Amino acid sequence: MTIAPPLAGIGRVVLAGLADLGRIARFAASALGHLVRPPFYPREFLSALLQIGWFSLPVVGMTALFTGGALALQIYAGGARFSAEAVVPSITAIGMVRELGPVLGGLMVAARVASSIAAEMGTMKVTEQIDALVTLSTHPMKYLTVPRILAATLAVPVLVAAGDSIGILGGYLVGVTKLGFNPATYLANTRAYLEVFDVISGLMKGAAFGFIIALCGCYYGMNSGRGAQGVGAATKSAVVAASVLILATNYLLTEVFFSA
Amino acid sequence: MIRLRGVCKSFGRNRVLAGVDLSVERGESLVIIGGSGTGKSVLLKCILGLVHPDAGTITVAGQPALTGGPGREAFLDRFGMLFQGGALFDSLPVWQNVAFRLLRGARKRPRDEARALAIDKLRRVGLKPEVADLFPAELSGGMQKRVSLARAIAAEPEIIFFDEPTTGLDPIMAGVINDLIREVVTEMGATAMTITHDMTSVRAIADKVAMLHGGVIRWCGPIAEMDRTDDPYVAQFIHGRAEGPIATVR
Repeated sequence: MTIAPPLAGIGRVVLAGLADLGRIARFAASALGHLVRPPFYPREFLSALLQIGWFSLPVVGMTALFTGGALALQIYAGGARFSAEAVVPSITAIGMVRELGPVLGGLMVAARVASSIAAEMGTMKVTEQIDALVTLSTHPMKYLTVPRILAATLAVPVLVAAGDSIGILGGYLVGVTKLGFNPATYLANTRAYLEVFDVISGLMKGAAFGFIIALCGCYYGMNSGRGAQGVGAATKSAVVAASVLILATNYLLTEVFFSA
Repeated sequence: MIRLRGVCKSFGRNRVLAGVDLSVERGESLVIIGGSGTGKSVLLKCILGLVHPDAGTITVAGQPALTGGPGREAFLDRFGMLFQGGALFDSLPVWQNVAFRLLRGARKRPRDEARALAIDKLRRVGLKPEVADLFPAELSGGMQKRVSLARAIAAEPEIIFFDEPTTGLDPIMAGVINDLIREVVTEMGATAMTITHDMTSVRAIADKVAMLHGGVIRWCGPIAEMDRTDDPYVAQFIHGRAEGPIATVR
């Protein structure tokens, strides 16, 4: 008797979450359908590429720099327990390229871009700008969603590549200036143990995360409720959904790429 | 030109349209009047397919109104719409808002030509060419409304919907806009449907007036008969009386 209401509450939340996931999947299928059918809007795509890619570079770069440095310190401290301090360059590079570069980069872009897309589209919806687009014979999915999804899917892997390099640089700076590594040895160890597939897997994760980020921003923005509160709720939901989906997708892709 | 038969639309338990029957002839200017929240904007959105009616039929030039599919773009090309709040695109300068349809799609024109046309339309709604390069956020509410009007008429559509075109304008500019709407109907031969609460506008714009109340067309007739009708709802509305069959608490 007493546990029924809490269980029902949990059930409702789970069902609502699954229903939302289903709607996002349907929205994604529709976006992919529009992606391959004209008309195309190259000007909107380039503008989205600039907004999502170029303007996210500082935040991704700063995140990667400090993460790379902290990672080198942690690996050194942990490795010292087994007299394995020499693994710092290789583990820092592998950790950055496989996991931290894509995941932290993805989360930072989610915070910056999913929120901005959701707020912009939500405002467009409540001020009837999306209805106006329709009356001007322009499909909102083609004009607003497709350019953003395409731009994010292409831009985030590039951001991840930049983040990986800056993260490795952060580890190198800490390794050389604080941990006493020889600069040439540090770089040689980084190169020796880093495989091409480590980099490719990270970039593939970046592409998947970029798709998720723009998809969540567009979905929640287009389905925003009325007024400032509706737009605020849409923005929050976009960031939360994008972040959770990035972490879940990261696990799935890691399982696919690296499980024995 | 436009025919609505038994159009119904509910939002949850709120039945907004309860069987609307209405006809607008080609080149005619119909003004829809009615209290706030009686579904006038919803009616226009049903015709455009922005809102899907629960029941009823809508035809435009004898063809069913298209809410999707391959012919949708061509169907919408026949329409221009002035939204109540302007609905200008914040990210684009004024001239690109006005020339939006001329910069992409089937009616695409060279950029210089589209810009010149946009400036001409801005002049027609009483705005100087310098406004062309400003962004909507830099304009007053009344200026935004006029830019939106310029956008609605820019591609010279066959059918134009005006949702409260003079709200937020001073009396002189409201007069300019009323004259412009009349001119668009007379010179371009466009069919117009206008929603307004401004009785001066009604008298300046309308060939025919329809009053929407209780989800149905309560009264419809030529403008000349509006002041003579003995319908108590129309009489209360056009004279702005608090006393009458229309409840003031809604």
